[in-house]
Amino acid sequence: MANVKENLHYSKDHEWVAVDGENATIGITDYAQHALGDVVYVELPKVGDKFDAHEAIGSVESVKAVSEIFTPIAGEVLEVNDSLNDTPEVVNTDAYGDAWLIKIKMDNALAADALLSSAEYEEYLSNNE
Amino acid sequence: MENLKKTPLNKAHRELGGKMVDFGGWDMPVQYSGVIAEHLRTREHSGLFDVSHMGEIWVEGEDAIKFVNRLTTNDVTKLVDGQAQYSALTRSDGTVVDDLLVYRFDQGKLLLVVNAGTTEKDWDWITHHKGDDNITLTNASADYCQIAVQGPDAIEILRQLTETKLDEIKYYYFEVGKVDGIDAIISRTGYTGEDGFEIYADEKYAEQLWNKLLEVGRFGEDDGILPCGLAARNTLRLESGMSLYGHEISDEITPLEANLGWICKLNKEDFNGKAALVKQKSEGLKRKLVGFEMKDKGIARDDFDVYIDDKKVGKVTSGSPAPYLKKNIGLAFVPTEFANIGQEIKIDVRGKHLAAEIVPIPFYKREK
Repeated sequence: MANVKENLHYSKDHEWVAVDGENATIGITDYAQHALGDVVYVELPKVGDKFDAHEAIGSVESVKAVSEIFTPIAGEVLEVNDSLNDTPEVVNTDAYGDAWLIKIKMDNALAADALLSSAEYEEYLSNNE
Repeated sequence: MENLKKTPLNKAHRELGGKMVDFGGWDMPVQYSGVIAEHLRTREHSGLFDVSHMGEIWVEGEDAIKFVNRLTTNDVTKLVDGQAQYSALTRSDGTVVDDLLVYRFDQGKLLLVVNAGTTEKDWDWITHHKGDDNITLTNASADYCQIAVQGPDAIEILRQLTETKLDEIKYYYFEVGKVDGIDAIISRTGYTGEDGFEIYADEKYAEQLWNKLLEVGRFGEDDGILPCGLAARNTLRLESGMSLYGHEISDEITPLEANLGWICKLNKEDFNGKAALVKQKSEGLKRKLVGFEMKDKGIARDDFDVYIDDKKVGKVTSGSPAPYLKKNIGLAFVPTEFANIGQEIKIDVRGKHLAAEIVPIPFYKREK
């Protein structure tokens, strides 16, 4: 069973969002990394790029498959996790930690409230097993 | 999911934590510990593969050689007892019904080993072409398990379970013997680019053989054998430049286009597709299969388009990261005029045209 971390917001596309004031950190969930298998490449946007909610910001690729990443929240990219260029495999080992993908300044600081809670995401996963 | 076919090792895969997927109607493990670990272990030590889903068809009788020679591109008359041959079943237009191995037991007994997803199609094709030949055809696919032990340590692992002199079996030869006391066909063949063996036995002994090979292969130790799924099987064969039916060869591709001229013996007596292949060869190929390596960051995948000078010229047949070479590689069809080592091409990766270069195949070749 996939690990779902407490106190994060989740999308049905299997991204997680950690909110800090008007900024948010986005990554992919343990379920997503497990479904992909060995991650070998992470493609990320540039600092300053602006995205609407549900827009593709990049992709995570494993040996077997590619998964596009959609930002669940609109905003401007403040920071990208460049360390994943050299160590994409961290997505498999620390999806909720060192393998964060981007930090954004949210267009609407309340946007994350519309996403799934940890408990709701857990339920969503169990219904989709 | 209930309708998926299962090999006799289905339970064993689940117990080992195999991630099961629908592979052409078969419930098969795509990976266990992880495709990269499984791939590397096979290159460096050994990997264990369940390939029981493959089809086995016996051709027996005095016309066995004549019959198979008429249906396949390679020269069956050149086989000696105990030898195996890679070949293709072709249509009259030269396209491929399937690729296969032809094993010669004696002049009246051949075994055809065909792909899982095409077994029924092949069986229909073969029985349809029987004609007046004095042969008996038997589809024995459900009776056999097939387990592949591959990698540099494969021979030492298998040696612990058999009295058959494995060193005396040359590449693409086989012996009938016993493995762990069970009657088996021991074939020095494989689909990984490594030395290794494929073992055929009665399907009811599949679990015994599988578990015994894991045991003597010291599964669980850092340099021990690892069970490998279909994902590693695919990346291993791709690094080694081997064709996969439905990708590099298919209902729409001839073996000549897919660099398989070496299995097309156009001087042998008439066979299905011979005239078309002779014509294609004399007129020159319009397209050819090439290997390429990504130069830009990014991964080419199956069916991505290939561009040269902003013009779409071909398609990727297989594309993937290569775990041992640590490069992103692929096979693709391009017009023959561009099929040259060093030619720059572009791969359309979700709208971005990323640079790649045509390189020699195989990408990986083991040291002998």
